[in-house]
Formats: sequence, C-alpha cells, structure tokens
Amino acid sequence: MPHIELPAGLPGIRGPMAFSPETARPLNDLVNVLLRTNAQRPESGLTEGERELIATYVSSRNDCFFCQTIHGAVASHHLGDDDWSLVKSVKSDPEQANISSKLKALLVIAGSVQQGGKYVTPEQIEVARAEGATDHDIHDTVLIAAAFCMYNRYVDGLATWAPENPDLYRYRAVKVAEYGYTHEDHYMPPKLR
Amino acid sequence: MPHITLSDGVPGIRSLVMYRPETGQPLYDLAQALLRAGSPDSTLNDADRELIAAFVSKQNQTDFCMNSHAAASRYLYADQRDVVDQTLDDVDTAPISAKLKALLAIAGHVQADARTVSDELVAAARTEGASEGDIHDTVLIAASFCMYNRYVDGLATFTPTDPAAYEAMGERMGTVGYQLPKVKA
Repeated sequence: MPHIELPAGLPGIRGPMAFSPETARPLNDLVNVLLRTNAQRPESGLTEGERELIATYVSSRNDCFFCQTIHGAVASHHLGDDDWSLVKSVKSDPEQANISSKLKALLVIAGSVQQGGKYVTPEQIEVARAEGATDHDIHDTVLIAAAFCMYNRYVDGLATWAPENPDLYRYRAVKVAEYGYTHEDHYMPPKLR
Repeated sequence: MPHITLSDGVPGIRSLVMYRPETGQPLYDLAQALLRAGSPDSTLNDADRELIAAFVSKQNQTDFCMNSHAAASRYLYADQRDVVDQTLDDVDTAPISAKLKALLAIAGHVQADARTVSDELVAAARTEGASEGDIHDTVLIAASFCMYNRYVDGLATFTPTDPAAYEAMGERMGTVGYQLPKVKA
C-alpha cells in the first residue's frame, strides 16, 4: 500500500503526479525533453529507442519494477523488439546485447552515474568518445541516468502500486510514442479498465 | 576538469543549465516548486526544505550542492542559522523538531535505497505531525537531489572552495529562488 493517500488505480508515478500537479509538470517536461525532443535535435546521436534503453537499464539497476517495465516497453516499441528480448539482454548483459558500441560505452557511463556521479571516470568518457559519442550524447546520458535515479526513488520511496499485466505496459507504450509523457492517462485500455 | 566543454569558471549546475537550457528549465522549475512552494498541506518552511536538500547532498558527497543549499538554508533560517551545521553534523543531537528529524530519516532512506522506506518510518513521521504533503515533498526532495547530485558530479563540474562564494549563492537562492541564468546570445 502506498505510504500516502494517492488517487486509486493510477499506476506507478502517475499516482504521486496526480497528488502533486505542480511538481508533475516539470517532471513530465524533463522526461519529454530528455527522451523525446532532444532525440530530434540535429546534433543528437541517440534515438528515442536508445534513450529509452538507457532509462530502462538504470531503472533495472535500481530494481524499480514500474519504471523498467514501462520504459522497456517504450524502448521495445521504438526498436521493433516485439518479444522484448533486446530489452532483456540490455538489462542482463549490455556488453553482449545487439546494440552499437557507442551505446554500450554510454551504458557504462549510465551505470556509473547510477552508483554515484563520482564513479564516472575520464577513461569511460574517452571510450565513449572513441566510439563516436559527442558532448551532447554524454550530457544527455548522464542526465537521463541521474533523472531515473530520481524517478525510481519517487516511485519506490512512496511504495506506489504497479500493475503486473504486461499488456497494460504495451498499451501505454504505444500511447507514449504517440503523445509523449503527458498528464493525461492512457494506461488502461477500455476493456481492461 | 569537466567531462564536457562548459563555460569557464561557472560552478556546478549553473554551468550545466547554461549549456542545455531546454533541460535546465524543468530542472529549475522543479527546484522552485519543491523548495519554494510545496504541497498545499505541507508544514515545512523553505529553510527546512533547503536543509533536507543539503542533508541528502551531504550523503551523496556532492560538495557543491551541499554547500550551496546549506548556505540557502542558513540565509532562510536567519537568526537560527546555526541549526543547519548542527543538523549536518549530527541529526540526533541537533535542536530541530522531532518531525523534521523523522522526515530526515525518510530522506536518508530514499537516498540510500528508496525501497527501504518502511511503514514504520512513515508512521513515526505522522506521529510527530507530518502531513501527507510533508511526506510526499520529503521523498521527492530527497529523490530529486539524488538526480541533481549525480548530474553535477557525473559531469565533473567546477566546485568552488571559497565559503564566501557559497554565502553569496545562498543569499541569491534565498531571495530570487531558482531562475534560469540569462544566456548571452
């Protein structure tokens, strides 16, 4: 049961966001810029799918069920990973996953950020640069990883409810890809509501 | 030296929001909403909120955030400013309310591992008078500083060592709040 009284039936972060709309707005704005808008910038070297993979990887390392499941579903949607096998492999062993060397190097940096900002080493940055990562890619990787250390803690620190049915996450992923991270709820398909 | 090219001599998160104002804007909006407004039923004042931020930043060993938010908290506590350093030194013996101590305990668990925030910790805060909004705001302040701290350290931003620099920052944060610096075109 959640630690504070939240509107019933809203999954994961949506409960506290409904409780506190004033903070929900910048929280949604941030994730939209980092995972969506920035991917469209000319200098971006990371697609929406790759950004979602970074978010999923960090959420998995923080053991946050809700965040790793929804962002994994969004990543799979973008990357044509219908059976979620790519996302599973990134979570369990990114070195062996079928992703670019650049993304592997950026996931190493994201993993360091998850432990603490000071764990990022100049050597890790050099490896990412050698694989083609720019300042923008490194910046966005660090901030995505840092931001999910917040979102994960917000979700778990208030003991929010998370649905287990994967279909709900698949449904939501399609809506996120279409509309972005908004205040409106597209979680529950009518037949499952 | 920072891991990416940032404006010379600009410290901490300021150098990062100047580099990327499009993420800087929601980051500052979040700080303003959490540290200057808070939930409608919250009993925490701005000085208490800054103290929670400094406390979490200390646990994350991010000197820039700890020193700047401690300075803001001192400025806002005014003639009670000494409680800031007493709290950062030892929460148990600090002359702060039992409610704030209970909320700092929750913040500490959010920082270390949010899954360990227990029903008992939350019940203890309620017994001391914490409202729903106090608990919400404490969890999100602690969570957000686990982000700000990692952002500042993960890119190895410039951290001033002169205490006077932080005093000036604290006064600005205490009066102006969190507004994006103007970037020269």
